[in-house]
Amino acid sequence: MGRKLLLHNQNVPGINTLEVYRTHGGYASVEKALKTMTPDQVTEEVKKSGLRGRGGAGFPTGMKWSFLAKPEGVPRYLVCNADESEPGTFKDRWLMEKIPHALIEGMITSSYALGARLSYIYIRGEYFYVARILENAIKEAYAAGWLGKNILGTDYSLDLSVQVGAGAYICGEETALLESLEGKRGNPRIKPPFPAVAGLWGCPTVVNNVETIAAVVPIVNEGGEAYAKIGVGKSTGTKLISASGHINNPGVYEIELGVPVEEFIFSNEYCGGIRNGKKLKAVVAGGSSVPILPTDLILKTAKGEPRLMTYESLSDGGFQTGTMLGSGGFIVMDEDTSIVKNLYTFARFYHHESCGQCSPCREGTGWMEKILHKILSGKGTLQDVDLLWDIQSKIEGKTICPLGEAAAWPVAAAIRHFRSEFEAYVKNPASIKDVHHYYRLHNLAEA
Amino acid sequence: MPKVTIDGHEIEVPKGTTILQAARMIGPHVAPPTMCYYSKLKTSGGYCRTCLVKVTKGSAQNPNPMPKPVASCRTEVMDGMEVQNNTSPDLLEARRGVVEFLLINHPLDCPVCDQAGECHLQDLGYQNGAQKTRYEFKRREFEKIDIGKYVQLHMTRCILCYRCVKTCEQITDNRVHGVVHRGDAAEISTYIQNAIENDFSGNVIDVCPVGALTDKTFRFKSRVWYTKPMDAHRKCENSKCSGKVRLWFKGEQVLRVTARKDQWGEVEDFICNTCRFDKKKKSDWEIEGPSPISHHSVISANHYTSLNQAKIDTLKHQRALGFIPMKKLDDK
Repeated sequence: MGRKLLLHNQNVPGINTLEVYRTHGGYASVEKALKTMTPDQVTEEVKKSGLRGRGGAGFPTGMKWSFLAKPEGVPRYLVCNADESEPGTFKDRWLMEKIPHALIEGMITSSYALGARLSYIYIRGEYFYVARILENAIKEAYAAGWLGKNILGTDYSLDLSVQVGAGAYICGEETALLESLEGKRGNPRIKPPFPAVAGLWGCPTVVNNVETIAAVVPIVNEGGEAYAKIGVGKSTGTKLISASGHINNPGVYEIELGVPVEEFIFSNEYCGGIRNGKKLKAVVAGGSSVPILPTDLILKTAKGEPRLMTYESLSDGGFQTGTMLGSGGFIVMDEDTSIVKNLYTFARFYHHESCGQCSPCREGTGWMEKILHKILSGKGTLQDVDLLWDIQSKIEGKTICPLGEAAAWPVAAAIRHFRSEFEAYVKNPASIKDVHHYYRLHNLAEA
Repeated sequence: MPKVTIDGHEIEVPKGTTILQAARMIGPHVAPPTMCYYSKLKTSGGYCRTCLVKVTKGSAQNPNPMPKPVASCRTEVMDGMEVQNNTSPDLLEARRGVVEFLLINHPLDCPVCDQAGECHLQDLGYQNGAQKTRYEFKRREFEKIDIGKYVQLHMTRCILCYRCVKTCEQITDNRVHGVVHRGDAAEISTYIQNAIENDFSGNVIDVCPVGALTDKTFRFKSRVWYTKPMDAHRKCENSKCSGKVRLWFKGEQVLRVTARKDQWGEVEDFICNTCRFDKKKKSDWEIEGPSPISHHSVISANHYTSLNQAKIDTLKHQRALGFIPMKKLDDK
């Protein structure tokens, strides 16, 4: 049984209220930080902890914080990115829904470290009910003096506000999020300047994922060094994984980084193996945008070592034979899954969510969706598969923000590892009509 | 001052210069093409991705290459930076990809487009495009939108460069149009069929790189290469307008008035709607002379003072080189 730092109290009745949360040791990090530590000491602990951004990119949080420009007389902002929209990722929702005060506590401690006097939680529009939970929790925190003027009698004051987005995946990109937060159209900005220099309203801003901010709480409570002892190498601490797909126990799991992928899929403590005794076919390990891997490559690296749930091990072998930990959206597919149909779903999503600012992504995502649709309509040719490959290579790395890559990577990986499946559909269009897995998925009687 | 090398040409530029500006200083043979960048508009550029360049050396301090191609219009030069544009085959391939993306949803209706002959996308397609399209699906189509007395919006041709949006934001008092919707459904539009009406709205026609925004007073009057551009000026009552324009003549008649454009196809000074749409008599203007037009342009055909004279000159020249026997010329 691995250690749990974020979800250890998730089953305590009433943990969503301030009272119960407090009796279980809540807000201790705020007390410790504000009364006994300077902001720089808090940042130093986060640096020591080796905590890496949990939103997907895995950039060291302490380093991101230390890049924040601190000019005199200019406000600084901390913005929490709760625009969790990656297909297959639902860990932040779970955390905010179950233990909203964990995020608020993390926000107070982190804002103190960064010197922010006004912080925002930007939450996706579809999570409106979670926004209400957070707003209630913030109200409680204000009433109890954890937010507002002179917190705990110190001279530190903080206001925290929840902003609900309008349902665009692109607003999870940090600069698009800031544009949206400013009330503009959610188009990603062209970098540089980076938000650490000119972010929200042109002021230095740090944007962190929900889980990253919540992880600051145990780091401050127990010290960065203790946190760094959990995990393997540069992948320290615990990580929330949203496990979904054809497994026996889908759900959100908190794992210590370093658990072998095989154990994660088959152990009863986590996913509990593949549903209905089927065989594993493929895994998308970190949310829909990361490359899909077939069974042999997800369980073992190309060198034959067991693959672990860490940033390094999952990306071992680059994109040829590896993938990414990403945001931890772990999608498991059994032997009946059609990779092409699955890819079409992803492609349709990225086409729908492209902001339309830069040409490769705007035009390329739609084009790829249309070609996949053509293949699935039984009209595809072998040239179409090559064309798909060529299009994705012309999107990747040519766009303003990472959405272009997010759209290109799944296509590239599906063709790289499952080309034969595309070719089978092209050569034998009748095989597409095999919709068994669809009926099973929806518990429908087969027509 | 930082020194930058682009395609092997070294140049010293002021701090804060972008790679594109530095390349333009060196000359047209190294300057990357642009579809959305406009030097007269702040924060323009970065969207179309045609000006991507490869940075093979970041700077003198940090000699590592940049991992991805960068938009030269939005990337500032660093001292010791080395950049590849036309000398990098991968980059040219990437640019061809971008051009293909720009063209897949373009209607390619050049024969009936008023912009033909002065269209940046046409030039870009000619320089980088493939012979054949690989796109076989229905192209994006929109209804023509009426946005006022003078300007026609034909969204089907638009490449979403955002230039007209930035123009209205920066040189007019009030922007009433923008980009609505998302992805490849995004369109330039006024919200709830508003008209764009203000003294400088006509400038959106000049900044539009394609035929999406055209001049209603000129539509289908003539192909641009049958008109003859002359630079002219008048004393304009509007203090923000310079009154320096280009008149496009067909015979003695002024068919349209535009702002003067420089060698990069960008206007030199924005002009007001009175100058552009209301002053269409030769007597309204003081004519300075024929406009300088690039010799690559189809429009330059009109610059021969006398076509007969040109023909004779050419023949003389050819005869001097020994191409044509003396007798044949004398026959004429």
